[in-house]
Amino acid sequence: MELLGLFNYWVFAILLMTGLYTVIAKENLFKKLIGVAIFQSAVFLLYITMDKVDGGTAPIIQAGVPDQIYSNPLPQVLILTAIVVGIATTALGLAMVVRINEEYGTVEEDEIQEMDLQ
Amino acid sequence: MSFLTSELPALQVAVPLLTAPIVLLLQDRRLAWAAAMLASIASFFISILLLDAWRGGGDLSYAMGGWQAPFGIELYIDAFAVLMLLITTGASTLALGVAVVSLDDEVPAERQHLFYTAWLLALSGLVGIIVAGDAFNIFVFMEVSALATYILIAGGPQRQALTAVFKYLIMGTIGATFYLIGVGLVYMMTGTLNLADMELRIQDVTDLKPILVAGGFITVGLALKAAVFPLHSWMPNAYTYAPNAVSIFLAACSTKVALYVLLRFDFTVFQGNLPGHDVQFSGFLMPLAVLAILAGSAVALSERNLKRLLAYSSIAQIGYILLGASFVSVTGLTAGIVHMFNHALAKSALFVAVACLALRYGGSSLKGLAGAGRQMPLTMAGFVLAGLSLIGVPGTAGFITKWHLVLAAIETGGSGFVFVGVILVGSLMALAYVWRVVEIAYSAPATANDDVSEAPWWLLLMLWVPALAGIYFGLQPQLPLELSGEAAVSLLKHLQ
Repeated sequence: MELLGLFNYWVFAILLMTGLYTVIAKENLFKKLIGVAIFQSAVFLLYITMDKVDGGTAPIIQAGVPDQIYSNPLPQVLILTAIVVGIATTALGLAMVVRINEEYGTVEEDEIQEMDLQ
Repeated sequence: MSFLTSELPALQVAVPLLTAPIVLLLQDRRLAWAAAMLASIASFFISILLLDAWRGGGDLSYAMGGWQAPFGIELYIDAFAVLMLLITTGASTLALGVAVVSLDDEVPAERQHLFYTAWLLALSGLVGIIVAGDAFNIFVFMEVSALATYILIAGGPQRQALTAVFKYLIMGTIGATFYLIGVGLVYMMTGTLNLADMELRIQDVTDLKPILVAGGFITVGLALKAAVFPLHSWMPNAYTYAPNAVSIFLAACSTKVALYVLLRFDFTVFQGNLPGHDVQFSGFLMPLAVLAILAGSAVALSERNLKRLLAYSSIAQIGYILLGASFVSVTGLTAGIVHMFNHALAKSALFVAVACLALRYGGSSLKGLAGAGRQMPLTMAGFVLAGLSLIGVPGTAGFITKWHLVLAAIETGGSGFVFVGVILVGSLMALAYVWRVVEIAYSAPATANDDVSEAPWWLLLMLWVPALAGIYFGLQPQLPLELSGEAAVSLLKHLQ
């Protein structure tokens, strides 16, 4: 039953495609940003999945417990960095949407494109 | 002094990064500009010192904090990195020199210190990408420079700058996330993030499918960042509506740094280790490069805004760089890499000319420039000189690239003459769109702008330095050719 064992990777693929679809298909700028956030969370799931070792515990050394199996701490650190980058990007994107709303009066992409063509 | 020289790779990133908060605290716009300019000049100086150090001792490797690779973070300076550092820090210094005059029309005075802070962060991000020796650091610096660039572009005075930044933000984030997925897959299979270590460990990997998928993700992600056709749609708007000084900086270096990462990653990690990958790489990128040259130049022929025309021209020039790289030969790669240098010189001169014209005429629409050749002769002469380098007239830097590209195309055998034809057609189209601007500037009757004077001497200096450098490096191309040749040889060492 390889398919069930690869459950995390299936969720990764579904979230990736959902996020991309939202970015492309939705016209509202806020929804596009949420699509990017979903897309990025798929990547976080991929990294976390790869670092869990069978029978491994949190990677903090416990004094006096020899032969302990630890999960790999490196991808967890990478993902913390990527989450922070995602937060900064989402914050900047939301600030842009607020400014676009101030200048154009709308956050629907098709209305904005019409206004720009005039 | 030897303490400083040994810490040079780290200083290259640290100097602009640490000056940024200082600029943030300096509220006065002249002081903020002076601090930013000093940091940029210092970065350029460090790049020149790194060039000397590389010439003297070969590739430099710097272990951050003393922790040795592959467990520690490594900064790696080779010939390709030196060339890119010179381009990036030089472009930043030039563009800041223009900004002191051109920014007052575009960004309100009380916000300019914020603008210069973002500038220094963008510079430190770009420089960090170039010197980083491991894949994840490249991602972090890529996002630092991207976020700072979004702020810089959003400083443009028109409201279309905001939608341009939003589109760039969405596409840039998707590109960076694709790159991150690729790095994650490679880490899964090799267990390391250090590029040099990856080179070795990938040879032991038995199941190559995740590596192939990773190669695909990384190539597409970086192609998004590098505005490779057909993933280029964010670029024309971003360059057009950005403040003029920002256009100079971005056109000279931002997409080229993404191409640098693409070439480094692909040639060092993937090429030598995946059987038949060199054919896959060229088979995928060659048609895109040809399309970029033809489509980019064709759209530039019909544009009515000067900045947008130059942006589409940049898309075509990125096509030339990729065409050279996709030949997967020493001559081809040398041509592609040296074009990064030559194009940076030509495009930055052209965009400085745009800044001069915008200062006197307001805006950058082609119709508004009627008669500029008579009223601003020195500016238009500089524009024409840089345009000649873009076309590839013998005696200019652009000719060196075209020459090597044609040589590389002929080396590939019978079908190479198709590529020679594409390169010639691209040059003819470049001639056509440069001629359009020249014709409007010199022959069209002047409109109601009769009292327009020449650009200030400071801006003319900023224009003529890269324009004359284009001629100098066209006649004495030893420095860029040496660096590009070394870079090409070291990138291809697995396939030789």
